[in-house]
Amino acid sequence: MLRYTVRRLGQLVIVVAVLSILLFAWLRSLPGGPVSALLGNRATPESRAALIQQLGLDQPLYVQYWKFLQRAVSGNFGVSTGVQPGTPALEVFLQRMPATLELSALALLLAVAAGIPLGYFAARRRGSWLDNVSITWSLVGVAVPVFFLAFLLKYVFALELGALPVSGRHEAGINATEVTGFYILDGLLTREWDAAWDAFLHLILPAIALSTIPFSVIFRITRAAVLDVTEEDYVRTAHSKGLTERVIRARHILRNALLPVVTIIGLQTGALLSGAVLTEQVFNLPGLGQALSLGFQRQDFAVLQVVIIASAMVYVLVNLIVDLAYAAIDPRLRTR
Amino acid sequence: MLPSTQRKQRIDELAETGPGPDAGVSLAASAWRRLRRNPVFLVGASIIGAFVLLALSSPLLAQHDPALRLLEDQVSRAQNEIPPPQPGFPLGGDQYGRPFLSRLLLGSQQTLLVAVMATVIGLGGGLTLGILAGAFGGWVDTLVMRVVDVMLSVPSLLLAVSIGALFAQQTQFTVILAVAIVQVPIFGRLLRGSMLAQRASDHVLAARALGVKERSVVFRHMLPNALGPVVVQSTLSLAVAIIDAAALSFLGLGSGDTSVPEWGQMLGSAQNFFDSHPQLAFWPAGCIILVALGFTLVGESLRDALDPKNRR
Amino acid sequence: MLTASLAACAASERDSAAGGNDGTMVFGAAGAPALFDPFYASDGETFRVTRQMMEGLVGYKPGTAEVQPELATGWEQSEDGTTWTFQLREGVKFHDGTPFNAEAVCANFERWYNQTGAGQNSALSYYWIETFGGFADDDKPSLYESCEAPDPTTAVINLARPTSKFPDALGLDSFSMQSPTAMEKYQANNVRAQGSSFVYSEYAKKHPTGTGPFKFESYNEGNGTITLTRNENYWGEKAKLSRLIFKIIPDENVRKEELLAGSIDGYDFPNPADLQSLSDAGFNVQVRDPFNIMYLGITQKNNPALRDLKVRKALAYAVDRKNLVQANLPEGAEVATQFYPDTVDGYAKDVQKYSHNPEKAKQLLAEAGHSDLTLRFYWPTQVTRPYMPDPRGIFNAIAGDLRAVGITVEPVSKPWNGGYLDDVNNARADLFLLGWTGDYNSPDNFIGTFFGSTENQFYTAAAPWGEDLAKQLQAADREPDPAKREAMYAEINRKLMAQYLPAVPLSHSPPAIVTSKQVKGLQPSPLTAEEFASVSMSEE
Repeated sequence: MLRYTVRRLGQLVIVVAVLSILLFAWLRSLPGGPVSALLGNRATPESRAALIQQLGLDQPLYVQYWKFLQRAVSGNFGVSTGVQPGTPALEVFLQRMPATLELSALALLLAVAAGIPLGYFAARRRGSWLDNVSITWSLVGVAVPVFFLAFLLKYVFALELGALPVSGRHEAGINATEVTGFYILDGLLTREWDAAWDAFLHLILPAIALSTIPFSVIFRITRAAVLDVTEEDYVRTAHSKGLTERVIRARHILRNALLPVVTIIGLQTGALLSGAVLTEQVFNLPGLGQALSLGFQRQDFAVLQVVIIASAMVYVLVNLIVDLAYAAIDPRLRTR
Repeated sequence: MLPSTQRKQRIDELAETGPGPDAGVSLAASAWRRLRRNPVFLVGASIIGAFVLLALSSPLLAQHDPALRLLEDQVSRAQNEIPPPQPGFPLGGDQYGRPFLSRLLLGSQQTLLVAVMATVIGLGGGLTLGILAGAFGGWVDTLVMRVVDVMLSVPSLLLAVSIGALFAQQTQFTVILAVAIVQVPIFGRLLRGSMLAQRASDHVLAARALGVKERSVVFRHMLPNALGPVVVQSTLSLAVAIIDAAALSFLGLGSGDTSVPEWGQMLGSAQNFFDSHPQLAFWPAGCIILVALGFTLVGESLRDALDPKNRR
Repeated sequence: MLTASLAACAASERDSAAGGNDGTMVFGAAGAPALFDPFYASDGETFRVTRQMMEGLVGYKPGTAEVQPELATGWEQSEDGTTWTFQLREGVKFHDGTPFNAEAVCANFERWYNQTGAGQNSALSYYWIETFGGFADDDKPSLYESCEAPDPTTAVINLARPTSKFPDALGLDSFSMQSPTAMEKYQANNVRAQGSSFVYSEYAKKHPTGTGPFKFESYNEGNGTITLTRNENYWGEKAKLSRLIFKIIPDENVRKEELLAGSIDGYDFPNPADLQSLSDAGFNVQVRDPFNIMYLGITQKNNPALRDLKVRKALAYAVDRKNLVQANLPEGAEVATQFYPDTVDGYAKDVQKYSHNPEKAKQLLAEAGHSDLTLRFYWPTQVTRPYMPDPRGIFNAIAGDLRAVGITVEPVSKPWNGGYLDDVNNARADLFLLGWTGDYNSPDNFIGTFFGSTENQFYTAAAPWGEDLAKQLQAADREPDPAKREAMYAEINRKLMAQYLPAVPLSHSPPAIVTSKQVKGLQPSPLTAEEFASVSMSEE
């Protein structure tokens, strides 16, 4: 187990190293670049040349990469040029991460809270109207472009009905003390209930939009797993032993069916990040997704590097944890 | 993005759903028997059929050139006016005064093209990687799979956006490429998984024992039998490609040339008119949802049909 | 689609939620300011914030581009135009209590002049370089020579030569007076190049200190809000708002929705397509006088045909500018007859005009022997500018006009920051769309920037008159007598339109600013340099 973990962590290091090199080279091959972003449309050839020289962008790529590595070792990942100009990229990442995590957590919570019970009951009553309706819903859910759904929700609930806020994380001008950067949590910790409530209201619509795809996945996996498990020998045995239906459901079906579900929840991180790029754009949430789309628009190398590498690391790490958890539960997997 | 398109675990699971060693009855035949009676498949297939038919016949159906600003005199940016429905133009014009219905009809062609091309390119790339890895094993396998893992470790839309941003000038082709490359590692991993499963299977071992050449084992025995999951994945990827292309367009990375309409691009460029002229977004969005649903339905029912568990 | 009453109701709800303070205004900003030290900035997002906190020696009369006294109460120019004496306002203090006097003025000028290293880069000290040229320790000549403080209320600036830019340029936000004490304490000059960007000083990020009606309170990057509070010790009429908040909302649509929902009180540069619906919904849409120019740029470097005046005139005749303005630009936009609007000195009414005339264009092309002309026409994506609200629509209209006279157009579209500016500024295009918003009332700020150097986007170096034009512009800038100078600029404008035509001026568009009904007293400025001190929030 330990050897397995060490090997996987070693692989993580390789993945990150390769990714950082590819990313570094690739970003610098993009047309435009930070020089255009910094100088804007008032650039002259002389001012461009001076800036390129000053920033060391005229040096060979491997020299630039080496310098980047040297600085990165001391925790310095460069400075944002477009997303939050002048702020260190790592700081941009740390400031924006809570917004994305908060959003993803709420979306995942919604997906789990709706997906598992619905999946379970749909499987138990296979072919019923509940089953059919939820299957249809889950299929349509993945076919709707996330950003379109987000727009729709925003227009109906925020603009037409005025029931929920349009965008952002907090009302401007609200009195909120920042502790962790997670606004709901901060509000609860500092007992600023109105701030917590306000932050929660701001997250409802984006979280619903973001939860549709994880919901579909979790729902379908739960349903399939419950169906599978119901036909397993040990459930039949339990039935023939005369155990009550309640005990069978709780001990045998639900528990075993949840294993793959737990796995798939862990595997939703990537999907959540992809979705966050679109949702945060629609709802102007200053999170990592917005940092990425702004970063591309404004050619902010430093922020793109940090955010992409960090999200890849999170993704790989979550996968590792899921695999380890799985291996701990299911010994068959360890031999692979 | 469809969940089943991106996650290693799921991919590997899918890879294992290929034909078992006891594939006595023709897999295709038995799958088809079950599909014919599956309403999910029938609904999906009818949607796709109608879509393909529309794409083929749209040049006949569309009455106007989609690039011409026939109703430009009714466009006013200052007043935020676009041409309303009128005789000859049942859906009016778009924000540049171009015939909206004709664009919507002809948009089916490009949308189909994006879906098919992205899937074909993704499949081609994945096939190459998968065959390399699956057929040779050893260090080739390790190397290829590391590359695949790096690609899979970046969330799919990010990868597409990264590739889309690489090109100075966005065209339909760069959109297709961006969407396709996201599919490459998925297909690669899928095929490798299937091939590995096949390597250990009895009929391949038998072929080897009989002295069949390695190349011929790969192409005659392993590849054909590994294709079932690939068919499923391809169908699903057709839906993903359409949705991803729309997302790219929304993020400003869609094709710059709007004279040839495509639904994703139409939807992406309608975002500024959502409150004043919602029809500009609703029509292409509706079409995309319907078609993506069609491909998803067919893909899911294919998956069920090919699953050996269901053959009991 | 949304009624005003609903928006108003939402707004009042927010105010009570925010603690019942009636004096707060929230303004939607399009981007994060780079920093709060205006000397190192050249972006509107930074200036919009610093303008509320800082003042220059001179300012602009609200609602105009005319110079008026601000921290200086008066000024005199010496006979030869090289010595400027400013009488300073008495009893003014910076936010940190440091007195504002002649020494502080000279400290600011000396700070600007003595920039070193990264501070000399035009990505940072753009306006200094544009206005004054070089620095103390570099070889480029500098317009600035020295600053003297004979007594606390008199500051004397010595220049190397006369210039048309004085005193107007001193009203630029970059030349705001900042507290010497605070700048020293928080190391304002500590700016370094690093990786692909610059690292700014603590002063610029957290402690900007000026004399203005608002003080810096905080910048919450996590939530994207900048908060300013009223300066209770302001020397003039105190701000009516107790708090001014800028909320960063990068997406144009979201800014509009936030205004509709009542969670912000105003934003800048609304999409022209929304103006009507916004004012119908009861919002206060104010259209400024246009102070910008959009032109069809011509690069003479690559295609020799474009060096022929007949071909360039043919382009001017081919484009239907009247229709372009009507169909693609907001109400109040005008067709441009020359390279700057009529509010700027030296505007010539009698320049040669080019009305839409495709026949004449074809004839000119035939005479020049270029009836089968092919041109690479660049247009930008992922951008809107105040002078160019819809690049795609504008490109389509012009390309259509050019095709109508038999020119083959090869469209090249690139993202604004992702190659477009690069290519255009490096003279890689044949035709391109670009424009300019004036910084202050000076012809030099328009045509001096365009044609003062010959190897830029227009590449007038390829034209026989390119050098000559640059020299004429330089001579006009150095003319100390305002009347003579104006005549010189008018003459250049006539020649530009008749003999040179290095580009086709297209239009002047009025940028709008929109606020909710509760916002009273906002005076729109043609320089888009609004001051919020006069604004109050009414109860409604």
